[in-house]
Amino acid sequence: MQKQRIDFGSFAIPLLSVAVALFFGGILVYIQNINPITAYTALFTTAFGSWDGIATTLAKATPLILSGLAVAIGLRAGLFNIGAQGQLISGALASAWAGYALDLPTLIHIPVAILFGAFFGALVGFIAGALKAYRGVHEVITTIMLNSIVIALADFLASRPFKEPDQPLTRTPEIQESARIPDFLGLPFGFFIAVAIAYGMWWFLGNTTSGFRIETVGKNKNAAWYAGMPVKLTVVMAMVAGGAIAGIAGAIETQSIVGRFEPAFNAGLGFDGITVALLARANPLGVIPAAILIGGMRASGSTMQFEAGVAPELVDLLLAMILFFVTAPLLARLLRKKESGVSLTSGWGN
Amino acid sequence: MASLLEIKDVTKTFGAVVANDRISLEVKPGEIVALLGENGAGKSTLVKAVFGLVRPDSGEIKVKGEALEFGDTAGAIRRGVGMVHQHFQLVPVMSVTENIILGDEPRRAGFISMKKAREEVLALVEKYGLEVDPDAIVEDLPVGTAQRVEILKALRKDVDLLILDEPTAVLTPQETDELLQVLRNLAAKGVGILFITHKLREVIAVADRIVVLRGGKLAGVTTPKESDESDLAQMMVGRAVVLQVDKGEAKPSTVALEVNDLRVLDDRKLEAVKGISFQVHSGEILGIAGVEGNGQRELVEAICAMRSRVSGEVIVTGKPLANMRPKQAHLAGVSHIPEDREKDGLVSSYSIADNLVLNRFDQAPYARGWIRDLDAVDENGAALVKTFDIRTPSHRNPASSLSGGNRQKVVVARELSQNLPVVVAAQPTRGVDVGSIEFIHQQLINARDNGAAVLLVSAELDEVLSLADRVAVISGGKIVATVDAEGADRNYIGRLMAGLKE
Amino acid sequence: MGQLMRVTTSKVVALLSVAVFAYFYAQNDLVTTSVVYSAIPLALPLALAAMVGVLCERTGIVNIGIEGTMLVSAFTAFFVAAIFEDTVTGLIAGVLTGVVVGLLLAVMSVTWKMDQIIAGVIINILAAGLTSFLYRQGYSIPTTLPQFDITWLAGIPVLGPILNFHGPITYFGIFFIFALWFALYKTPWGLRSRSVGEHPSSADTAGVSVTKLRYLNVTIGGAVGGLAGSYLALEWVGIFERGFTAGKGFTALAIMIFGRWNPLGAFAAAIFFGLAQAVTNQLMIDEVINIPQQFINMLPYVLTIVVLAFAAGKVRPPAAEGQPYEKEKV
Repeated sequence: MQKQRIDFGSFAIPLLSVAVALFFGGILVYIQNINPITAYTALFTTAFGSWDGIATTLAKATPLILSGLAVAIGLRAGLFNIGAQGQLISGALASAWAGYALDLPTLIHIPVAILFGAFFGALVGFIAGALKAYRGVHEVITTIMLNSIVIALADFLASRPFKEPDQPLTRTPEIQESARIPDFLGLPFGFFIAVAIAYGMWWFLGNTTSGFRIETVGKNKNAAWYAGMPVKLTVVMAMVAGGAIAGIAGAIETQSIVGRFEPAFNAGLGFDGITVALLARANPLGVIPAAILIGGMRASGSTMQFEAGVAPELVDLLLAMILFFVTAPLLARLLRKKESGVSLTSGWGN
Repeated sequence: MASLLEIKDVTKTFGAVVANDRISLEVKPGEIVALLGENGAGKSTLVKAVFGLVRPDSGEIKVKGEALEFGDTAGAIRRGVGMVHQHFQLVPVMSVTENIILGDEPRRAGFISMKKAREEVLALVEKYGLEVDPDAIVEDLPVGTAQRVEILKALRKDVDLLILDEPTAVLTPQETDELLQVLRNLAAKGVGILFITHKLREVIAVADRIVVLRGGKLAGVTTPKESDESDLAQMMVGRAVVLQVDKGEAKPSTVALEVNDLRVLDDRKLEAVKGISFQVHSGEILGIAGVEGNGQRELVEAICAMRSRVSGEVIVTGKPLANMRPKQAHLAGVSHIPEDREKDGLVSSYSIADNLVLNRFDQAPYARGWIRDLDAVDENGAALVKTFDIRTPSHRNPASSLSGGNRQKVVVARELSQNLPVVVAAQPTRGVDVGSIEFIHQQLINARDNGAAVLLVSAELDEVLSLADRVAVISGGKIVATVDAEGADRNYIGRLMAGLKE
Repeated sequence: MGQLMRVTTSKVVALLSVAVFAYFYAQNDLVTTSVVYSAIPLALPLALAAMVGVLCERTGIVNIGIEGTMLVSAFTAFFVAAIFEDTVTGLIAGVLTGVVVGLLLAVMSVTWKMDQIIAGVIINILAAGLTSFLYRQGYSIPTTLPQFDITWLAGIPVLGPILNFHGPITYFGIFFIFALWFALYKTPWGLRSRSVGEHPSSADTAGVSVTKLRYLNVTIGGAVGGLAGSYLALEWVGIFERGFTAGKGFTALAIMIFGRWNPLGAFAAAIFFGLAQAVTNQLMIDEVINIPQQFINMLPYVLTIVVLAFAAGKVRPPAAEGQPYEKEKV
């Protein structure tokens, strides 16, 4: 039976990139007179060394899986969706609102709130997708602009109409119990949702006609048009799907961890999504281990400071370096591999 | 007499392909040497090595006795080598003058002096008799004029050796004759000319010596006195070539494709198709002959609903086609072998099997509703690879692993295996090796005999004359004549293609 | 025909702008002058950043990393000035940082032939990561760069007070913009650079080194980006914060597209953006309009999207931009 196959051969570069980044990060740490081994040990044992640690890691990995998927599906269609951040925030705010403003029994409230998140994330994605498909505006700029617009808008909404009354902070009221996503065997349920979506996307891209359209448009727009595919619509669909998934990420984050919408709650989750997606070579299944790795690093950042004295921003730097090594053809040359990696549209045209 | 150009044992490999295998050749001043060979024989690679665009792996290239450093274009230019490229090396948005002076701009106090530049261009026009407007923007020029700019650019420096790479590919027969005369004039002045072509007629007409390449190796050196066209063809291919296709009589029946007063714009929003009408019957091949750039591409794209019609109709088996809906055109029964297979026809990173169902991936049996049936795709891939003799270890390999001819076979296989009532084939054997050409020609005849209406659009007049039952000539966006292929007068058609009235 | 339309539109826009300005000047010359004056510091970093874009893209390299370039240059300029207690040293450091970033982008785009958008995104993320990691509180620079009071400039009626009293980077920047325009269209370097961005193989076959020119221009672009970053840290406000550049590098790309990859066009577009902000600020002060702060913050971003939605589809970028040049594919 002709099945979709998982290609294990392409793991070398991502793994090597992580290793090399850790090495250079270690040097930076060493310059500050701190033992890198202590720092890294603190980092990894906190993340993976205890049940509690694993639970925290998986909780952090959940939005990363989803925002990684949001970027990945864009990449598959030849788009660079940098807007996962903004899409995630809209989803978070929308689900927070649905969480506190609606009165529904638990079994309905949870999915409804998640759907609110998906819808508003999709809306933001739609704007970027439509501008690209029908006006030819490059999605890199629009998504970055939309990120800032959404952040400002969300800040406004959380400080005025949606503000929690009788207190000075910019935030929404807490969501009701019926909207909270519970843990499952001590582990965050949202994680399993995210994994399910990842598998879903992998299967979707390989086995459905819509998935084939997305892949073809990403690889050769002209051939896709020749083959009768609706290219513009497909571009919009990919951005809408990405936006929806990022919106779900925001919703799950709100409903399982934060419990409300606070503006500063998730700085950088969307951008880590880019690193996750590129580390995973835009493969939906690869997103899972990539997100767990990065989630683990994020989760233990503060412990690393506490135990080894290294600023948690080291993680920012490590991630930036991982991204660099994954995409620069240095390691590929070293391994003498032919790069048939993710190719993106270049330039402002088309 | 001392040699102008000496190529000794030059070898160049691209990956697994040996493009040039220890080639040696010589050009003396005042000599016209034709470099002949079919597509992929290594001619372009060789001359690009002389001009520094390609670095040979080994060997020596000497111009006027001095060895040339590989990859040094500026150096080649300095030594008096000029090159007219197959794909014009002109900047489309800049003017003729700017293009000609690029790289060696006349200056005044550090800034470019456009005044001096224009004077230079006008002087060149005067000297060589090649008319161009110095201020015209290159992308607005017709192809023949653009080539004149390309030639002037090469001749601007005092060239001793002029290399031309397939210069007549985009010229009408008349423009070709003019160009050949320009070359004779230059040779008479002492310029050495190395001129690549695969058109036997031109070679016999103008060359002093003929060097034939085959499969990267030197197949022979001869002169027009010693060899005629079929001798040359044999040297090019290594076996007796059947220059005519074996075909039976056509049995045309009802009209399957009708085009009425079609008007189509090109990418620059200018009218490229200016009111074309014709009919193609089931069981016949209508060949449209024309030099590229006369509206064929826009015509084909409009018929296949890939480009918008400004006005006019396309009717397939009696039903009018919607505008700009390639999918519906396909469903209505139009299969299309596109002119540019890499851009439109194939996704090189996809498997051969996926490419073979590229435009019916969502139809039964390759999909049930939303879900693809990957087994069916696989089986179809295996079957078609066999039937169409596509040379590959596996139908699951990516299309990028195939040679040009085999890639074209994938496209042909995909389209013809669908047995649709209308087949539109645009430049179907461009960039394809002779063996595959024969195969593809036969497949088109088979399609015709199975009742398809075949519209063949080709810039190769010989191809049209041998395959088609009726021949239409396109020039300047219009069909200027339609004749039966049998007994057609080649010269008459050539004149029509050039835009002359008869 | 399109050419004619463009020239006419520019003339109409120019005339309209002068008319509007004249109207408001007549109403209240002091306020109008101060608004237009304040537009210049708002416009200048955008204009310089747009020049980086123009320089790179005209030569065929898409530069998404302008934001990161400015951020890391501002960072270096500020901290070097603070540590060495000399603002000019900071300025030099800032520009040099830009050069380094430019070289990095050149290596990634030209030699490694990476996807240029990814290369730019990496620069931005690296810049954010580095500046975040190395940031320390409690530093301050001795002084911002001085504002020059140029008497003959001040003497010009109407325009004098607007053009006077700006810092060195501002004046140099304006000069640079005009110089760039001139160089791009009137010198051999300019002709060759543009040909490399439109049709690199034509340049190559004419004996021009595509690689050298791209390296040169992207590096100069980096220096200009460094200048823009230094401007923000040393001339505009004299501070540095995490995320200091706040999207200006991306707005600059919109400005570049709106200005059709022409230095003067981009300059005009930048001034337009600067004016929009200056006018909004004034209206807020006068309490003519009362918009929540968040919407003011949103303004440049919304404006960028609107501009692009109308402009992007209709303009032609340099034809070969974004594609790495492979010699043997001629």
